[in-house]
Amino acid sequence: MEWTKLFSIALGAVLVNNFIVAQFLGICPFMGVSKKVETASGMGMAVIFVMGLASAICWPINEFILVRFNLGFMQTVTYILVIASLVQFIEMFLQKAMPALYEALGVYLPLITTNCAVLGVVLQNTQNSYNFIESVVYGVTGGVGFLVVIVLFASIRERMEFSEFPKSFEGFPIALVAAGLIALSFMGFSGLKVFG
Amino acid sequence: MNVKQQFMDGMFFQNPVTVQLLGMCSVLAITTTLFNGIGMGLSVLVILTCANVVISLLRKIIPNKIRIACYIVVIAGFVTIVDLALKAFLPALSESLGLFIPLIVVNCIILGRAESFASKNGVAASALDGVFQGLGYTVILVIMCVIREFLGAGTFGGGILNGGEGVRILPESIPALGMILPVGGFLTLAVVIAAMQYILNKPKKTETKSEEVAK
Repeated sequence: MEWTKLFSIALGAVLVNNFIVAQFLGICPFMGVSKKVETASGMGMAVIFVMGLASAICWPINEFILVRFNLGFMQTVTYILVIASLVQFIEMFLQKAMPALYEALGVYLPLITTNCAVLGVVLQNTQNSYNFIESVVYGVTGGVGFLVVIVLFASIRERMEFSEFPKSFEGFPIALVAAGLIALSFMGFSGLKVFG
Repeated sequence: MNVKQQFMDGMFFQNPVTVQLLGMCSVLAITTTLFNGIGMGLSVLVILTCANVVISLLRKIIPNKIRIACYIVVIAGFVTIVDLALKAFLPALSESLGLFIPLIVVNCIILGRAESFASKNGVAASALDGVFQGLGYTVILVIMCVIREFLGAGTFGGGILNGGEGVRILPESIPALGMILPVGGFLTLAVVIAAMQYILNKPKKTETKSEEVAK
């Protein structure tokens, strides 16, 4: 196990190649549920959870079924089905076993199925041929990166309620401008490398 | 059937990107050259139209409770076909769009239209809806590409014209690289949507309508 490689994967996923501001994955929930810091952090938690689990489950499916039987072209269909049923399953499981967590994540879970960050992370795991542990680390830290940015963004949006801007920019456009500024600040991390 | 109304909806009043605010990820990510924009737009148009037709045909057979899963399978099937076709015939495009072709599966435009239009309307109307919504999406992509390419690289038609280099309009020292980077994507889309809101809100007639659509 190379700790340095895991560390650089994690650092890359959280800061350098952040899912939202550098790769544009998961923009819909990023825009949709970022009006309040509370809901944003709930969504972020749910994303960490699902991205980690999806990475862990899709890796053996790819390795032992798709690759073995030469079914690589079925990748997209398989992954999206796995993610959709995984989300449904998590929802049912949490409802029964951990009602408190279910209450907290509740509404956000079903939304995650169409979050392209989840499908994106799984496809990237395959593309970069990460092994099992690397995949899980990439999934979880990718989710952490999502959480960091969405919470930052939500706190900016809360402040924005009190500011004035041109009428045409009301609502969505001004939020996009704010997101652009976050992306600009995250560009500062590009080029950050650990141990080569 | 109201073809003109559907066309205007797809292009302006219910434009998938600027009014319904669907499918943001691809709009922001791939609009760096004209070639990418047109390729992505047409891929989505084809997938959206095919998926709309099939879902509209199956709308009476699919049980209501598992409809979303069924839609996703249909969409994923067409996405895979387009993905493989692009890899075979247009490898350059497939490479530059990369991850975003398989990610069309979770592009909310397609699932959104399946749920809100194709599952309630006939085949012909659904096919037209697919074409017009796809066109509306493509037009916005192309506008974004032209703006970003001009400001970010100083060229026009990158990937197609002039042997893939694009026609140079500004000398190399002027353009701001930032417009090609993520920042530029967010800012350009903000300006495009703001311009659209400005235009749509001008005549009083359409005001209530566009607000309704945007929820």
